[in-house]
Amino acid sequence: MTNVWVFAQSSGDGVTTATLELLTKARSLGEVSAFVVGDASAVADALGEYGATKVYATGDVGGKLPGVAGASAMKAVIDGGETPDLILFPQSYEGRDVMARLSVKLDRTVLTNNVDIAADGGKVTVTTPIFGGNTLVTTAFSGPAPYIAAFRPKSFAAEPAGSGGAEVVSAPVPDTGATGSATVTAVHVEEHSGPKLDEAAVVVSGGRGLGEAAKYEMVEELAKLLKGAPGASRAIVDAGWVPYSYQVGQTGKVVKPNVYIAAGISGATQHMVGMKGAKNIIAINKDKEAPIFGIADLGIVGDVHKVLPKLIEALKSR
Amino acid sequence: MAPMNVIVCVKQIPDPATPGALDPGTNTLKRDGKLILDESDSYGVEMALQLVTTAGGGEVSIVSMAPNGETSGMRTALAMGAAKGVLVSDPALQGSDALTTAKVLAAAIQRAGGADLIIAATESSDGYTGVVPEQMAEVLGLPSVTFAKKVVVEGETLKVDRQTEEGYDEVTCPLPALISVTAGVVEPRYPSFKGIMAAKSKPIDTVTAADLGVMPVGWAGSGQEIVNVGQAEARAAGEIVEDDGEGFTKVVALLEKLKVI
Repeated sequence: MTNVWVFAQSSGDGVTTATLELLTKARSLGEVSAFVVGDASAVADALGEYGATKVYATGDVGGKLPGVAGASAMKAVIDGGETPDLILFPQSYEGRDVMARLSVKLDRTVLTNNVDIAADGGKVTVTTPIFGGNTLVTTAFSGPAPYIAAFRPKSFAAEPAGSGGAEVVSAPVPDTGATGSATVTAVHVEEHSGPKLDEAAVVVSGGRGLGEAAKYEMVEELAKLLKGAPGASRAIVDAGWVPYSYQVGQTGKVVKPNVYIAAGISGATQHMVGMKGAKNIIAINKDKEAPIFGIADLGIVGDVHKVLPKLIEALKSR
Repeated sequence: MAPMNVIVCVKQIPDPATPGALDPGTNTLKRDGKLILDESDSYGVEMALQLVTTAGGGEVSIVSMAPNGETSGMRTALAMGAAKGVLVSDPALQGSDALTTAKVLAAAIQRAGGADLIIAATESSDGYTGVVPEQMAEVLGLPSVTFAKKVVVEGETLKVDRQTEEGYDEVTCPLPALISVTAGVVEPRYPSFKGIMAAKSKPIDTVTAADLGVMPVGWAGSGQEIVNVGQAEARAAGEIVEDDGEGFTKVVALLEKLKVI
């Protein structure tokens, strides 16, 4: 029986959707254990419901960043005799840090940005989209297990297993010395109104074609009229027009809304991988050669400064 | 304030303006031809220069790894104001996985004499595994703060605003340490003409992986093998129209059809 570990992340009141997606997939691969950095009492039931039979939990880590704490605790469990075959991570800030530290501790490769995994006998392969998702690369792990891999959000559909609770096993963090000393002293949460970017049915994103930060208001207004969430390309996040939490793409959120409207976005690879899973894509851009038109269901070759105000007016007058 | 030495790890990548391609023989990203400084690394270089200036002394060194001896991207960093560089150049490095890359760069950092602070970007713009900085920190036995969007040094302590999914965290971390910085964290300076001229004579210590004692590297050290490259299911071509002033009506019609409005 394949022994699969899933790095589980909590968010506010529960477990992240990406964690539930991974647990669902992990069930089809073998016996599932979840690994939690922090206290598991609030999340163990949810993890069990999605298929974990065991939940390893470090307990409170006193504000330490999870990278060193999580990897050290995992290594300690493995040194104690447990033998995971696969260790799966959500592609997230925390997931990346923990798996990077763990890969060095175990001297194993890591494969990131995956959207699928298959296990055929002892051979484990993962699939990664590259070049904006046009090309899919399948990579096999070689050498000894455990195999460490990270998966993008929304790669799998989360479904409860209908199973019972999970056994919680304590996995304390060993002494990590100076290496583990980075400590969170304050947490800031940006306030949002409207639906969350990665859960909204409609996403309206703006890019450099808007010309200046003030024009982003058009994107926000259109999103509000459509009961959707505003998003952004990396270019305007880097330029400081909107916070990072608005970013759609490789380094930002992966979205799969019913409708995605890209306004003044040319469609860099880094952006497309985050939104090409949308059911319907509408693009508005001045440059008819923009790559975004290659994946758009409806493309308007035109100036966003002319098209958006008219569109907003039309929607308002309905 | 005490002088501060900072090492910035940079990647030299094919110009992102040209379409990416895979080498048909190895199925790895083609990285022959001219390589430039990954734009996401220019932020780390700028931050390093600013921190050294604030400290009132010390220097910035650049560390990079490339299979083909390319230095043009490193010269850009030197032209911005870095003092020297270590380049690990070795055809044997081709095919190296993230872990091997981290081991090689960590060894190069040690060859450069270590530093109070090591800076990398959160991920490269071409391969974007996004794990190398944290792996380097583990190899070097250093604490780390990833996704730094604001960095201040107070004595022997780093104070970092760290990007999170929901906002940001304030994090403190003792030096020496490693950080990965997000793009946009500072405004990278353009190299001056004087800087570009000076960079030509700044020292770059070129070594092989074997010189650093990191073996095996490249395909031999990689715990992965590419077994297939295929095309993703293409989206059906859509309707593209030139805006004649009434383009918005097409959008309204589609939103109606989709019952969004």
